[in-house]
Order: sequence, then C-alpha cells, then structure tokens
Amino acid sequence: MGVGIEVTNLNAWYGTNHTLQDINLNIPANHATALIGPSGCGKSTFVRCLNRMHETNPIARVTGSVRIGDLDIYEGAKPVQIRRRVGMVFQRPNPFPTMSIYDNVASGLKLNGYSNKRVLDEIVEKSLKNSALWEEVKDDLKKKSGASLSGGQQQRLCIARALAVDPEVLLMDEPASALDPVSTSKIEDLIFQLKSQYTIVIVTHNMQQAARVAEKTGFFLNGRLVEFDSTHKIFTNPSDKRTEDYITGRFG
Amino acid sequence: MTRIRFQKSLDELKENLLVMAGLAEQAIQRAIEAYRVRDLSICDLVSRSENAINRLERDIDQAALDLLAMEQPMAIDLRFILSVIKINADLERVGDAAKSISDRVRNMEQMATADLPVDIPRMATLSAEMVRKSLQAFIEADAEIARSVLTMDDAVDAMNRAAYKALTLVMEEQSHIAPQALNALMICRALERVADHATNIAEDVIFWVQAEDVRHSKSVAKQAEAKAASQNSQA
Amino acid sequence: MSVETFKFKSRMRAVTDNAVTLLAILATVIVVAPLIAIFAYLLYKGASSLNLAFFTQIPKPVGESGGGMANAIVGSGVLLAIASAIGVPIGIGGGIFLAEFGRGTKLANAVRFTADVLNGVPSIVMGMAIYVLIVKPQNSIIPFSGHFSAFSGGVALGIMMIPTVCRTTEEMLLMVPHAVREAALGLGVPNWRSVLSITVKTASPGIITGCMLAFARVAGETAPLIFTALGNAFWSASLNTPIAALPLQIYVYALSPYDDWHRLAWAGSLVLIVLIVLAVSLVRYVTSRGVLKGAS
Repeated sequence: MGVGIEVTNLNAWYGTNHTLQDINLNIPANHATALIGPSGCGKSTFVRCLNRMHETNPIARVTGSVRIGDLDIYEGAKPVQIRRRVGMVFQRPNPFPTMSIYDNVASGLKLNGYSNKRVLDEIVEKSLKNSALWEEVKDDLKKKSGASLSGGQQQRLCIARALAVDPEVLLMDEPASALDPVSTSKIEDLIFQLKSQYTIVIVTHNMQQAARVAEKTGFFLNGRLVEFDSTHKIFTNPSDKRTEDYITGRFG
Repeated sequence: MTRIRFQKSLDELKENLLVMAGLAEQAIQRAIEAYRVRDLSICDLVSRSENAINRLERDIDQAALDLLAMEQPMAIDLRFILSVIKINADLERVGDAAKSISDRVRNMEQMATADLPVDIPRMATLSAEMVRKSLQAFIEADAEIARSVLTMDDAVDAMNRAAYKALTLVMEEQSHIAPQALNALMICRALERVADHATNIAEDVIFWVQAEDVRHSKSVAKQAEAKAASQNSQA
Repeated sequence: MSVETFKFKSRMRAVTDNAVTLLAILATVIVVAPLIAIFAYLLYKGASSLNLAFFTQIPKPVGESGGGMANAIVGSGVLLAIASAIGVPIGIGGGIFLAEFGRGTKLANAVRFTADVLNGVPSIVMGMAIYVLIVKPQNSIIPFSGHFSAFSGGVALGIMMIPTVCRTTEEMLLMVPHAVREAALGLGVPNWRSVLSITVKTASPGIITGCMLAFARVAGETAPLIFTALGNAFWSASLNTPIAALPLQIYVYALSPYDDWHRLAWAGSLVLIVLIVLAVSLVRYVTSRGVLKGAS
C-alpha cells in the first residue's frame, strides 16, 4: 500500500544555485500526482529530493523536511534505506546491460542480499505482471538480456525492477518522454492500475499526459510551487495566471 | 508571445461568431418590424438571412472542431471554444425563431386585423434587448452584463404566460378572430424562445469567463436580481 | 553552378575519394606488413626445429643435439601466473579507486601520476630495483628473499603490469553510462555494491582487454628476469629458486655461439608468440561465452 508524502519548507541548492524555494505540499497516498513546469523549473530536482538521489551530486544541499508516511527521510534514515521504500524510474530506460531480464528485475533484491530462488521467481513474475510485461517476455526471462528489448519494453522492465523491491512510493521522472505513442499509452494505462497499490509521483513535460493519469497536479516555475490542485481544476480553470499562461502555451 | 497562430484562430472564431450574431440579431429585429408594419418584403429579407445563418453555423462548428483536435486547448481556451459551439447553436435557433415569426406575419396578412389583449411589441423589445445584451457580454467578455441578462428572463416568461391565458380566452370566446389569436400566441412562443436562447448565451459567457456553470440555477438569477436591486436603491 | 562545373566537381570528388582510400590501404599494409613478415620469418626459421622433444625436454648439454625448452615454457607460465596474481588485483583495485571512489581527490591524482611514472620505468631498471629489494637482502621479512627466485621475477613482471591494468580499468569504468549507476543507486543498493556488481561488471570486457594487454607485454619481457629469475637449465617449478623463462632462454641461446642453440632460439621465439596469442584468445573465448546475446 502507498503512503502520503508531506513536504515542508523544502529548499534545495546545487552549489550556490538556489534550485528549490520554500516548497510545501502534501502528496496523497494511492494517487497519481503530476508535476509540470518548463525546463529548469526544479520539478526533477524536487522529485530527486524525495528519495535523496540529489545527494549523488556532491554539491547538493537541502533544508526542510520530507515525511514519507511516518518517516522523516532526512532525519535518522540512510539514503540507501529510503531508496528501498521510494522507487524511481528514469527518463531514459536504463536496464542493466549485462543482465538477463530475470536478473534485471531481481537485481534490487539480489544486490541487497536476498537469494531464495523460489521467492525470487515469484517476485519476478509478480513484478513483470504488474508492469504488463510478463506475457511478452515470460519465455525468454533468462535468455535475453535487458538491453535487447524495445524502448517501451525496456521502460516497463525498469518499472518491474523498481516494483520488485516493493516500495511504497514510485517516482517517475518523465517516464514516457523517450517513447513512441503506443508505448506511452501502455505506460499510462499501467500507472492507472498501479495507483491503487502505490503512491505515484510523475514528472512530465507533456501536459496532456498529466491530465490523463493524475488526480492532482503541481505547477513548478523557477524553483517555486506556483499552484497545486486537482488536475481538473488546473486544466479547466487554474487559479494563478502563471499557471494558465503555461497551460495555454502563452509564453513571453 | 508563443502560439500566435492559435490566438489568431481563436480571434477569427470569435469574429465569425459575431458576424453570425449580427445576422441573428438583425433577423429578429426585422421580424419584429415586419410584425409591426405588416410589410411582407421584410419577411423576404428574414428568409434570405436564414440561409446565411445556417451556413455560418456549419462553418463555425467545423472551425471549433478543428481547433479542439489540432491545438489541444486548455483552461480558458477550452472553455471559450465550448462556449462558442453552444452559442453557435443558440444563435441558429434565434434565426429559426425569427423565421417562425416572419412566417406568422405572412399568415396574418390574409386575415383581418384584430385587437388582441397582448403587448407583442413590448415583449419583442424585451427579448431583442436580452439578445443584444448577451452578445455585448460575449464581445466584452463581461460576466456581470451576462448575469443581468439572466434576471430579464423571468419578465418575458411572465408575459408569455399572461399572453397564453389571454389568448386562449379570446380563442374560446371570440372564435371569429381565433386564427389571429393563434398566430399571436405562436409569435409570443417564438419570442419567449428567443429570450431563452439569450439566457443560454449569457450562461455560456459566464462559463467561459468565470468557469462557473450557472445553468438551471434559480439562485443565480435571484442573486443578480438582489444585487441589481441594491444598486438601484443606492443610486 | 553550371552543369559542366557540377560534373567536373563530382568527378574530382570521386578521384580524391579513391586516392585517399588507396592511401589508407597503403598505410594499413605498411603497418601490417612487418608483423606478417616477422611471423613468416619466424615460421620459416623456427618451424623446422619444432618437435615433441621441444615441448617435453629440457636443454641438452652443449654438443648434444635435440633437447627442448619445456622448462622455459613452464617457467614462463609460473612467472606470468605470479605476475597476474599481483598485477591484476592491484591494477583493477587501483582503477576502481581512481574511477569510483577517489574522483577529483589529491590522492587520486597522486596515484594516477605514480602509475604513469611506473609505466615509463625501463624494464631493466625494474629488474634492478627488485634485485635490490628482494634478491639481495639477506635478513629481510619479504618471503623468498636473499637469492634469485621465481617469486622475485614474478614480482617484477607483476609491478610492470599494474599501470596498464590500472589505467585501462579506470577508463573503462568511466565509460559506463551514468544512467546505469543511477539505476543501481535508485534501487537502494549501497554505493560499493553498485560499483562492484554493476559498474565493474558492465565494464568487464574492457577491463579484461586491459589485463590481456598487460599480460602480452610482460610475457615477452627479458631484462627484468635477468636480475630476478635468473634462468635455469633444469626443471624448476618452485617459487624459491631461479626459474627458466622463454624470453630469457631465447636471449641466452641467441647470443650463444652454438648452431643448435640458435635453432632452439628461433623455435622458442615462434612458440612464445603463438602461446601469447593462444592465451589471449582463450581468455576472450571463455569470457565471451558468459556474456548474453544482446543488442549491440
């Protein structure tokens, strides 16, 4: 089951660059929340603050608090532990090139010490079914490498890999932007089904996609959260003029 | 500024709708004038503008459909295009009502003049005013003007009900002028429909500008009435 | 541009194209030709002396014909095994440190600099250094010290392998796309685990090539062995005593005044090259079978 995310006064810096300013929002559990905004507005940085991935950059710094469920992820928890509860799918599909499909899906578990073959088999099958890839690969699990699949399949493989460690939250950073429309539709349908089990946060450039999959949408601009409301409201009658300008495509 | 082409398309759509609105308004004015002076040549004018109105209705709907499919409009743009489509339909029906009135006038030409207990000119003026105001609200994107139109509908409805009562009485008691009474009743019906369409147009303007769906809501009209009343008492 | 000008320019372009292609082929031939010439000459000179005895017998005393270089072949094998055991782990470990854990630190820069310097040390100087450090001291804590030994020869060769392995490993690791590391980190895998199980594994074909390069280089080294392994006319497979080595044996025999030994030297050179090529190919084959069929 998913959990809610409570962000309070989040500020983030890369070196001297104040990338995120005073972000406050509550992401509801078991819903899909979309984050939209122009390039460089901070939405990707924000999402990476939710699983402390931004820390992989040595000049990154964060103040404020992020509570995932009952856990404050910046106090008293290690990044590695957080990332097992908060999974991430990236913009470009990145399956491990030297591993088979099976090993890719199981990698999160194997690399963290699980080795019971029967349990792994079950989890791999369940994850691939949850990511709508099982039927297409079930005969080639150990024979084909992760990199031999098509782009859309690779991304679903990455989703399966993230789901295999049974996170509570799934972060998706523009998961379909490198994919064709058919694959995109499949991924969107997937998100719809996954909502009931996980809390999903999806960063997207594609407003129509946000409108299709998310119940709530947040609009970021220049490091600030300008508006956060139901998707219906944002796309039919946003409260802030900046939001409306962005949504109707009027820039400059 | 980005999406210049799209903005131009939206402006064009508004222009075309206003052209149609002008034709519809003119048709009503002419129909009422034809009734007043019983001039059949004016009835001919009304019939001809009917074709233009129908053609425009198709063109505007097509243009709106294209914009929806090609430009993925959002928020205010989306509400605008939806309103245009609806107002388009209402204007076409206003044109139909005008034709209906002019047909009645033609019909009555064969008959003797009769003194009927209805003030059709007054009802006509009120309905025409509602159409004018609702179109003004659209041109200026002014929700307040639109809301004031909503309050006027009750008066027209009341006049229509009174006309119905009076004219059915005439038909029962003075059967020699029943045809005239019937025609007059149908003209009142047409005018009442015009008022309803004007109300619809006003509601669509409010939806576009304020994102509020005020259809079938008595309270809105009452609110606007109360506001107008308080403003009058202050003036 | 008129039609005539266009046609002329097209023809000129085609001519230039062909001329450059010809030059490229010529350059390739010039480079490859000596290689082929050497190998052909070795075959010519050495093949006739190859027989079973060559691979099974130790050298016969001067004056007696026959004999072989079996002890040198085995000796080279022992020396290269020791060298690999030293050079590969230290080299790969150094490469991992430089690429993954020490990026940008002063220590990493120092390590890289040291590796480059080590690379430039002449092989004979390396031999002399190991002589002073291991062969000469009598009461040292280093094992097998105080005399010429296979161990000291292996150490000398091993140290020479380190820079190549280290730098290649570093470069191959840096070529692993950032996305792959991010994927591992995103799963909550600790950094060290991600480096070892994912990054290193992804770069392993390149790392193995680096090891092969280093191996091939030291397999033919003679000078460092003069001061360390010394060479041995008899069978020896112990770490504690001087040991024969193919390059060393070839050197001694080639400079000798005996025709028999000259013939053995030619045969030995041929065998040395063939063995190196075989060793590299074997490693390639074994490791490539473990790699899955996948997209290029």
